[in-house]
Parts: sequence; structure tokens; C-alpha cells
Amino acid sequence: MTNWPKSYPLALLIALMALLPVGVLFSLAQDSAQLFDTHNLRVLGNTVALMVLTIIGAVIIGVPLAMFTAYVQLPFKRFWLIVLAAPLALPSYIGAFAMYFSFGRGGEIENVLGITTPPISGLWGSALVMSLYTYPFVMMTTRSSLLSLDASLVNAARTLGLSLGASLWRVVLPRVVNSIAAGALLAALYALSDFGTPAIMGLDTFTRVIFVEYNAFGLSQAAMLSLQLMVIVGLILFIESRISGATERPGRHLSLFPARWKCNLMLLSAMPIVFMAIVLPLAIFTLWLVREGTGGFELSYAWNSAHASFLAALVAVLLAIPVAHAAIAGKAGRLMERITYFGFGVPGIVMGTALVYVGLQLPALYQTLGLLVMAYVLRFLPLAVGSVRTTAENIDSGLVKAARVLGASPREAFTRITLPLTLRGMIAGAALVFLEAMRELPATLMLGPTGFETLATYMWRVYEAGYFGRAAVPGLLLVLLSGVGLVLMLSGERKAQFTVTEDERS
Amino acid sequence: MLSVSNLSVNYGSTRVVDKLNLELGQDEILMLVGPTGCGKTTILQALAGLIPLSEGEIRLGKWTSTPAKHVPPEKRNVGMVFQDFALFPHLTVQQNVCFRLKDTSLADHWLTLLGLDNFRDVKPASLSGGQKQRVALARTLAHEPAFVLLDEPLSNLDAALKDSLRWEIRDALKKAGVPAIWVTHDQEEALSVGDRIGILNKGVLEQLDTPESCYSTPNSRFVARFMGEASFLKAQFDNSENNVDNTVITDIGNVPGTPLQNAHGDVDLLVRPDDLSLDASHASPNGTVDWVRYEGESRLYAVTHDNGSQLKVRVSHENAIKPGERAHMQLITTHPLAVFPREA
Repeated sequence: MTNWPKSYPLALLIALMALLPVGVLFSLAQDSAQLFDTHNLRVLGNTVALMVLTIIGAVIIGVPLAMFTAYVQLPFKRFWLIVLAAPLALPSYIGAFAMYFSFGRGGEIENVLGITTPPISGLWGSALVMSLYTYPFVMMTTRSSLLSLDASLVNAARTLGLSLGASLWRVVLPRVVNSIAAGALLAALYALSDFGTPAIMGLDTFTRVIFVEYNAFGLSQAAMLSLQLMVIVGLILFIESRISGATERPGRHLSLFPARWKCNLMLLSAMPIVFMAIVLPLAIFTLWLVREGTGGFELSYAWNSAHASFLAALVAVLLAIPVAHAAIAGKAGRLMERITYFGFGVPGIVMGTALVYVGLQLPALYQTLGLLVMAYVLRFLPLAVGSVRTTAENIDSGLVKAARVLGASPREAFTRITLPLTLRGMIAGAALVFLEAMRELPATLMLGPTGFETLATYMWRVYEAGYFGRAAVPGLLLVLLSGVGLVLMLSGERKAQFTVTEDERS
Repeated sequence: MLSVSNLSVNYGSTRVVDKLNLELGQDEILMLVGPTGCGKTTILQALAGLIPLSEGEIRLGKWTSTPAKHVPPEKRNVGMVFQDFALFPHLTVQQNVCFRLKDTSLADHWLTLLGLDNFRDVKPASLSGGQKQRVALARTLAHEPAFVLLDEPLSNLDAALKDSLRWEIRDALKKAGVPAIWVTHDQEEALSVGDRIGILNKGVLEQLDTPESCYSTPNSRFVARFMGEASFLKAQFDNSENNVDNTVITDIGNVPGTPLQNAHGDVDLLVRPDDLSLDASHASPNGTVDWVRYEGESRLYAVTHDNGSQLKVRVSHENAIKPGERAHMQLITTHPLAVFPREA
């Protein structure tokens, strides 16, 4: 039994492929003229400031909401949880787009209501948007940790004479600090790698500047900036890996039954967040749809999005099968699986830069759909791997043994038992990859073949041209898709999104 | 015929099973018992080919498995009934039982025999525990194994079901005429169902014998204690030829004995609770009741004899004596009792 499982060579190949972007960036960056200059320093400052503000915002919104959704027994609990988690499913550029054109002088709010609002743009605008779309990370990690805490400690504190608020502050919060930090770091990663929001808000972060360099044919400079961004990402990932999970034994969790008016008051105070993150974009896109119709939009954009994303989903799941198999088979395989997770930490803009260079070296690939699909696969493969692996892991190992004992060869046991039982995981994984790819913006912008317009890139063109009214249809379609993604994510056992992100931490 | 010689299994550097030897008769049911962690399940997994051997060999008809030459499970023609049933959740009962069968007549036979006809098209998730275990058994027997391994088949079922299913499984195995190794931690189950019993202690087979022998003449104090309530009474035994009928002399009566481990002189006599009588109204009591446990049809007493030995006595429930009261104990058995050398 010392010979390697059959999936190892394939998994190793896929793992090596996942490392490809960094290798490419290194070789590319060697031609860069500047290692670091004052302009760079400003970009670094902006990026870090955005990250820090996002963390603060996400924690301020996320932690109270986590307590609220975990402990307060209110009617339609599940509904409120879904509503409050929903911003996670929306790409933040949708929100950035809507808010940028709603607020400020000449914004839609002034047009419709006649009230002049301060503009939302720049650092503060980006931080606001980021916080609104990343707080669910903090909320979800903190909430799951809160739910596993034993209520008796809080009850003990209260019988010892501490008020509820003080008990939560002194007895509960210190025990979930790690989970808050884990969620905050996920928010930080998102803030670091997101392209759309700072780009729309006009904030020069790494992602935006990389795109500018790329457009100015400064590919090696873009690569250098990408590497610098990867260093920060790597740092955050490293800190994440050092945060240990919960060590307490789970117990019966606390349930609070506040008076009706208190419940309503708490819900009411959460409403501005829901309004800003979900209702406002929906309202704005609907307004534009009513006012300007579907002008300029072609069905082929949606078709292109779906086509490329479908291919990515298919390839990702096919590649995920050997990786998941290897991960379950042994330690070396587990390491290979870890390596494929690397792509998830690579910002889309960085992946785009690397693969543009690959395309330039291999003209057969340049400007083809294949290269775009490859970018999607490299980025979102972990979603498929995580989903396939968790379902496969949950299969009782006794079943395969039972099949073997009944006379089935390993291959037969795999095709008749493991594969059918993993099918659900594969479909769920494919769906996650599909939805992520549909909404991906920067890599699509950089790698899409000429004239290949998708929902996301069309929104970008509209933004660049200033015909924002035309964003109505693609905007609404993207929101709708995100809703489907959310349902997938939260329905039943579908927690792959969270297991994936948690895997990155461990 | 299945034969196992010198079978050893290591997990890393720890030896879990040490030099196991056994042979299985034509349609014999061998019960393997032992406390948790004694290596029972490991032995089954090794016999099924699910884990590699470290030493020794397993032979059955055409194949021989050794550490160097591992025979995969599917080539062994072995049947296995799992503790958690291991029914394929995506297949119906019928599809489970017919898993690798082209001819389904045998599957029909066992489904009918085990009373599963009405559940053929049902998925395992909607079956009760007892039904699941019957399906698992039907699946195993329908594939005509050369021998069957049962890994604590009743441990996930409730007590009432255990009793009846125990006999159902035994009957089915006997009808199929296949030898079986049945692992359990329940000595009562082992005594009642098995043709032979093997008692394991820390990976070593301490005794392999009929239920009667294991119970009445255990090889060791471990086996004696594991097979049921055991007390040890200080006694005298003369192993010379003068003692023709092997009489053991004790303070509460003389009984025939079977000397073990060359016991003689000062010895310990193995006494089971039903080998004794207890009488509170006797004129000359010889012991004091320490505690009493009411068991419904009987009462179990712990009584310390005036010589210092504490003995457990099981008597009819009508016989109510309170802790602290005095009573008279007497050996009433006529069959030979096991005699161990006095423990230091």
C-alpha cells in the first residue's frame, strides 16, 4: 500500500498549474524599470487605508448583527438572516456603480427627490461600499462562533449580577475575538483584491493602477505592482493561518426573547444597511430601466457571460475531482489541494495580468475564449474542490469498504458508490464557479477576446462612457444571478463558500 | 476452510493484534469478544483485506494473503456486516441487495426470508435500525460469501430488538451454511449465539473454546471476569494422587475442582453467583451482606465471608436481606469449579 494513489499525478499537475501565475509575474517583473517610487508609496497608502477602513466598517456593522442574528429569537429569523447576509452575494462594483451615480451633485437622488447629497467617491466612498459588502464575512464567522458558545456562562454572569449588555461585552466577546478577526481578514482580502469599487470610486489602489498600467502597455510595471499586491495578500493569508479556531466545547447556545418593540427597534437600526447595500442598487437600476428601456443592451452579452462561465464551471469540476480525491487519499495530496487554493487568493486583476502575458507568449492562446476560461478556472477552482471534497469526505468510508467486500474493484466502487454520492457536490461546486465567473470583472476585461462583451464588462464600458442608464439590464441581471447564488449558498448543506473561505484560514 | 496463522497487525509502531491463530469450521459461528480497544474490529478488517497485515497469513481455499502479497477485498469472497450497516444511500433496498448480482433469485430468497418484501423499493434512509441490519445481512448472504464477518451488528440497535435479531441472524447464517466470525463486546450475546468463543485481551487471543468451557473453566482471571460476575474464594487443593475426585476444600463447603495453571496448596476458587446459596435464617451465619442489587427476578448480593473473601451471590428475589445483616453462605454446585493459584 506504499504506491501512490492514482489521482496524485493529475492533482500534482493541477497544483503546478495553479502556481503558474506567480511564476509568470516574476519573470515578467524583471523587466520592470521601477521597483518602488513615490507614486507607488501613495498607491500603497491608499490600498492599506482602504483595507483598514474596510476592516473597521465591517466589524462595526458585522459584530452587532452577528449577536442579533445569533441570539435574538425574532419572527422570520431565517428570512432576516438571508437578507442580512445577502450583500455578500452581490459583487461590490454593482453597489459602487449605483452609489456613485446616486449621490452627489447631479446624482439620481437629486434628480428624483431634489435633495442634494454629498458625493460618494474616493477613499471614503470606497471604504463605505466595501464595508457594506464585506460585513457579512464578519457577521457569518462571528455568528457561527457565537452559536457554538455555551449559554451557561452568560447565565452565570447574569446571576452574578452583571447586566446583559455587560455580560455580552465581558463574557462573550472575548471568546469570539478570533472569529471576528477571521471574518475581518476575509473582508481585508476582499478589499485588497477588488477591482471594480476603487476603480469606479476613482481611488488609486493597486488594482486600479495595475489596470491603468496594463492599458498603457506597461505590462512589466503591472506585473511588478501585482507582485507587490501579492505580498500584502500573502501577509494577510499568513496572519489568517495563525488564527486558531474555537477551542471551546460547543454547548446549548443562548436565546434571548426581547420585547416586540425592542426587536423592531433593532431590526429598524439594521435597515439603513440593507437599504444602502440592496434596495438602493435595485431601485436605481429599476429607475433606469423604466426611464431608458433596454437600449444598447444585446442579449449576446448575457449569452457570452453564460457561455464562458459554463465552460469554466465544467472544467473546474473536472479538475476538482482528482484534486479532491488526492486530498482525501493522503498527506501529500492534501498539500496539492492546498496549493490549488492559492488561486483564490490571487486578485482577478493579477490573474489577468499574468495570463495576458501567457497569451502574448503563446499566440495560439491570445485573445481566445480558452485563456479567459483558464483564468476563471484558476481563480475559482477552490470553490469546486471544496465543494466536491466536503461531499466526498462526508461519504461514510464504510460504504466503499462494503462495496469492496461485496466484490467490487476499486474502480467499480468509485463509479458506483463514490461518484454518484459526490454528484450533488459537483453540481453545487459547478454552480458556485458559474456564478462567480458570471460576475468576474477585471480578468474578463483583460482577457476577453475582442468584441466579446459580457454583462460585467458591458457595465464597465457603460461606466467609462458615462451612459450609466444603460447599466439597468446587466445590473439587474447580475443582482438576480447573485440572488440565485445566495440561495445556493444558504440552502441546506450548501455552505461551500464558507468552508472554502474557512479552509483558507486553517 | 478459513485458517489464520500468526496474524499480527501494527498501527504505526503499536501492535494492535498479536499472533492470532484460528481455524473456522464448516458452518461454525465464532464469537470474538473483548473489551473496547482489544483489537476485535482490527482483526475483522484484516480478514476482509481492508487493512494490510504486518505478519502472518490468512488462507481460504484458493487464496493466501500475506504481508508481501495482499489479496484485495474483492478477491476474497468475504461477506461483511457493518456496525453502521453501510447501506448505499442512493440505492433502493432491492438495488442494495442485488449490488453485484446478475441472477437475483438468491436476493429474492433472502429478502423474503428476512421479511423485507414490502421494502424492496424503499431507500435505506426510511428504514428502521432493525430493518437496515436485515437488509445488510440479506445483501451479504445474497452475494454467497465463503465466510461472513459481522462487526458488532447489534450495537446500534435498542435492547428489545437485540434479543430477537440475534437469533434471526444466527438462523440465517446456519441456513446459508456459511462460517462466520461475529465480533461483539457483549459476553451474554457471545455465550448464547456462538458455537465457539474467542476472548481477546489487548490484541492477544486469551482463550478459544466452547461457551461452556470459557465460562466454567476460563484460562485466566481476565477471561473469568469478562465472561460474567466472578468471585474468588480462598481454598485448599491437594494435587497429589490421594485426592482422587479433585475435591477443593473451602470454609463454605467442599466441591469438585478443575485445577488450572498447576494450582495446588493455597488456591483461589472461581465462584459464580449461582454456585452459592444464601440463608439469613440459618443458626450459624458466616458472612455479612455488603450491598444488594435488585434485578427483578433475582437479587445479587455481595457478602463478605468471615475469612475475608467477598463473594457475589445471586438468589431468588423473594429472599430479601438488608446490607449489614448476617447470613449463611454455602457452595451448592455439583459441577467442577475452576481453581487458580493463589494471587500474591
